[in-house]
Amino acid sequence: MLPAIELRALRRAFGPIVALDSVSLTIAPGEFFALLGPSGSGKTTCLRLIAGFDQPDSGTILLDGDDVTSTPPFARDVNTVFQDYALFPHMTVADNVAYGLRVRGVAAAERARRAREMLDLVRLGEFGTRRPHELSGGQRQRVALARALINHPKVLLLDEPLGALDLKLREEMQAELKGLQQRLGITFVFVTHDQDEALSMADRVAVFSNGRIEQLDTPRELYNRPQTAFVARFVGSANVVQGETAQRLGGPGRAFAIRPELIDVLPGTAAAPAGHVQCSGEVLDALYHGASSRMRVQVDAQTILAVDQAELRGATSAMPAVGALVRLAWHPDHAVPLRD
Amino acid sequence: MASRRGEFSPQGRQAFYFALLLAPPLLWLGIVYLGSLATLLLQSLYAVDEFTARIVPEFTLATYRQLVTQPAHIDILLRTVLMAIAVTVASAVIAFPVALYMARYASPRLKALFYVGVMLPMWTSYLVKVYAWRLILAKQGIASWGFEQVGMIGALDRLLEVPVVGGPSLASSYIGMFVVFVYMWLPFMILPLAAALERVPQSLLQASSDLGASPAQTFRNVVLPLALPGLAAGSIFTFSLTLGDYIIPSVVGAPGYFIGMMVYQQQGTAGNLPLAAAFSVVPIVLIGLYLMLARRLGAFDAL
Repeated sequence: MLPAIELRALRRAFGPIVALDSVSLTIAPGEFFALLGPSGSGKTTCLRLIAGFDQPDSGTILLDGDDVTSTPPFARDVNTVFQDYALFPHMTVADNVAYGLRVRGVAAAERARRAREMLDLVRLGEFGTRRPHELSGGQRQRVALARALINHPKVLLLDEPLGALDLKLREEMQAELKGLQQRLGITFVFVTHDQDEALSMADRVAVFSNGRIEQLDTPRELYNRPQTAFVARFVGSANVVQGETAQRLGGPGRAFAIRPELIDVLPGTAAAPAGHVQCSGEVLDALYHGASSRMRVQVDAQTILAVDQAELRGATSAMPAVGALVRLAWHPDHAVPLRD
Repeated sequence: MASRRGEFSPQGRQAFYFALLLAPPLLWLGIVYLGSLATLLLQSLYAVDEFTARIVPEFTLATYRQLVTQPAHIDILLRTVLMAIAVTVASAVIAFPVALYMARYASPRLKALFYVGVMLPMWTSYLVKVYAWRLILAKQGIASWGFEQVGMIGALDRLLEVPVVGGPSLASSYIGMFVVFVYMWLPFMILPLAAALERVPQSLLQASSDLGASPAQTFRNVVLPLALPGLAAGSIFTFSLTLGDYIIPSVVGAPGYFIGMMVYQQQGTAGNLPLAAAFSVVPIVLIGLYLMLARRLGAFDAL
């Protein structure tokens, strides 16, 4: 089967700033794909190139096997949900949703019927006669979704689709988007800076940094096997241990990552389990988060380790006091070697 | 503690300051502006003594009857309104691409240059510009010289032979007057249009294109409707400015009277204040009707 999207060595520079540098990736049909990265990492530029709003300086974009690198946006079988939703303020909600049909010359009655279908799909069936400004943020988001889906595109692009919503609504919409994508079987490509969103929704995630893909993997691999210090820190905020400390603590490699929740705090004078790596340090601070507590421990001059302790049922012991000396241990398998 | 008598509560004090702040502009608007408008309306209803030509404060619609039944007056009204429509349409057609370029495509530097370029002519005296145009358009002026240089003097001659709008020279024809009107009022169309176009978010145009609209469809379905408030504002300027002007028609163009000239003459030399007032009510009514129509057509929906 042909990939839904294939990017080959895309490069895009804005003056002296290289926004995207030799980016290649392949997205399978029906995949829920996330472009994850901090702002300025190139993820949005990448999405804009796929949509056709911008042209790459070099490289090729294939949609369903066809080279669309220089095809204008209106001739690409791709639709976009914009970050600001970009709903037409002078049209009703139903007219907004039906716009893609209108410009293709579909008859008015058919347009109205299908717009109603799409609005029902996003549970806004009764809102067709309203104007966009009369809707809440979450409702506008769903209108934008319905509008982008009405042409049955092969690929739906979503640019920070949940960025403008509050936390509760965002969590609801995450589940709704995921469900919608599974029902429709359309390839979703979405841009986000929120690693939690990318991990929970996507089948695969491309992590961007400085215009390059740092790592492209499933959420689970990304979380458990980060390949670079950037990915380790950005996805789930792992501890990155480098230099002499990495050697002293038994590696692996010249740098490794260890998740805060995989570090044990040894109680009292108990010995570490056999084969565990062990070290000790002073508690810099400790914060209680409910499900877990996080403390930061100064292991040596260069290294501060974050350590998470799960809240156990019936636990009564207080967190170690700031300034206290604690002993830490972890299984060597949990330390993930990093590329330079 | 109970508040002492004679002391404002915080809300009362705020309301007092608010009133203090608003009173001068409201008085100005009320007395100088709306008041004189009301006086004008009132004057147009006064009668004129046929023998002494004195104004009698008796209410009559005779002046308005005269306005809409006398062929000479109807000519003046029609001439002015047709010119105003032609100038407005031409200004809109010329201004739109300029405003679109300024708002959407020009680099910041070029945009600033455009704004200065559009507004620069407005810093010059209005009269100087009108008289300059009379010289430019005169029979031996640079306009006809230019036509001659590019070998199109024949085309100009044929244009001037067109009945009604033509004339002995550009400076003494309605075509010349039209050109000067468009030149004068173009900035008033470009600026609101550019402002309206600048407010259209780029993402709306991208969304339209993304959904399959060709550039022409995007222009028709998104850009034009969202520019309508600016177009409406600009056209109100060009339309009303043309309706009320009396200097351009008296300096450039054919000898036919315009509303503004009629008002000037009737309240000045002729001393028929009611007729002058009735003439000046016409633009007010027309603009009112125009606004209603624009609203009905949805020009302000995007606001």
